[in-house]
Amino acid sequence: MSDIIAQIPYPLLVFIVAFILLNLTLLHVAYLTYAERKIIARMQQRLGPNRVGPRGLLQPIADVLKLLQKEDIIPNNVDKSVFKIAPLISLVCAGTGVSLIPLWEKFVLSNLNVGLLFILALSSLSAYGVILSGWASNSRYALLGGLRSSAQVISYEIAMSLALLSVVLMAGSFNLQDIVKAQVASPFKVYLIPQVVAFFVFMVCALAETNRVPFDLPEAETELVAGYFVEYSGIRFALFYLAEYFGMVVMSALAVTCFLGGYAGPFEVPGLPFIWFLLKLYVLLFFYIWVRATLPRYRYDQLMGLGWKVLIPLALANLFVTAFLKLYL
Amino acid sequence: MLPFLITALIFLILGSVMLIANRVLAPRRPDPRKYIPYECGVDPSGPGWVPFHVRFYLIALIFLVFDVEVVFLYPWAVIFEELSWFGFVEVTIFVVMLLLAYVYAWSEGALQWE
Repeated sequence: MSDIIAQIPYPLLVFIVAFILLNLTLLHVAYLTYAERKIIARMQQRLGPNRVGPRGLLQPIADVLKLLQKEDIIPNNVDKSVFKIAPLISLVCAGTGVSLIPLWEKFVLSNLNVGLLFILALSSLSAYGVILSGWASNSRYALLGGLRSSAQVISYEIAMSLALLSVVLMAGSFNLQDIVKAQVASPFKVYLIPQVVAFFVFMVCALAETNRVPFDLPEAETELVAGYFVEYSGIRFALFYLAEYFGMVVMSALAVTCFLGGYAGPFEVPGLPFIWFLLKLYVLLFFYIWVRATLPRYRYDQLMGLGWKVLIPLALANLFVTAFLKLYL
Repeated sequence: MLPFLITALIFLILGSVMLIANRVLAPRRPDPRKYIPYECGVDPSGPGWVPFHVRFYLIALIFLVFDVEVVFLYPWAVIFEELSWFGFVEVTIFVVMLLLAYVYAWSEGALQWE
């Protein structure tokens, strides 16, 4: 077996592994939408999807098939090329981050020394898809949604970078694999305990970066209909939808890697190397859904106020306390 | 670096395949009413590119300052152990100067949305 693998040229091997990873992530994303609908339904005393397949399990597949068959409407006076390319930008930027996450001690697809910076860069870049689609749509709702989103994303970007900076400070590396190893070697085993403030800031920022409730101002249904993708239909709409859920998965995976000890668990489970990573990931994804079912939407001025006046000073203070304690102790 | 680029390429292929599948499968039934920008069923009154608040620019400017600050802090965080107290004091001075600007922007109301 290993002889056959050794004979495959390296780029092709990477391509195959990346393809498998993509499919696994896509499966997670598809069933995340199902889980979200089902869990929220249960929290609101409803049944949720239960018609397609046993217990509605085939619902995500039916959704994709439905959207594939819908007409792709491009309204008059839109900036055609930008309008068409924006969903692709969103998707690529939201999804590519999965290649940088160490899923297991011996498995990380792209082991970069600056992995953390790449993920931050990708999350900034995914704002482009939103801004461009909002701008190109020639619609007031879309324009307002795009503008709000850009302001929101860049505001929370700073607090998020500062929160992750405390982690980098403790681990002394940008390499996500090294961060996990440093955590396992540290006295608490996870950075969640010494960096609980940073974790809090990071999770709030992750909600804002992925435009999730309670920070879903860009697509606030009640005032902007659907925000930046109001003019999109058919599969382009689905691409935005996919990008949002890929963003959630990547952000949660990053939180698991940086704060919850990544793939490390209290004991080894033979034959299931990814089990601890996935369990932690599911807990965080459940948290996203739980928040959506619980909290109402923020007002825009409160949102910006929270970002600039609370989270940034908090993250900065946490960074300096961390640095001071690390030198002092 | 190569695996990263290949993953990006794969995501691009995924998106393109879905777009092509949509083009093959989707019906085309043109109707002039389908192509007007959506404003809750009412005919749009004027173009979609409306003027927006100057505050968005202010936020973008403050963001630039802070983002550059964070970029300078990242290398410090990596070689924190070697620089020890010297680096700590240096960075404190640097951040305090930026904090003055931050406090000034706050007191001028740049962070205030009414």
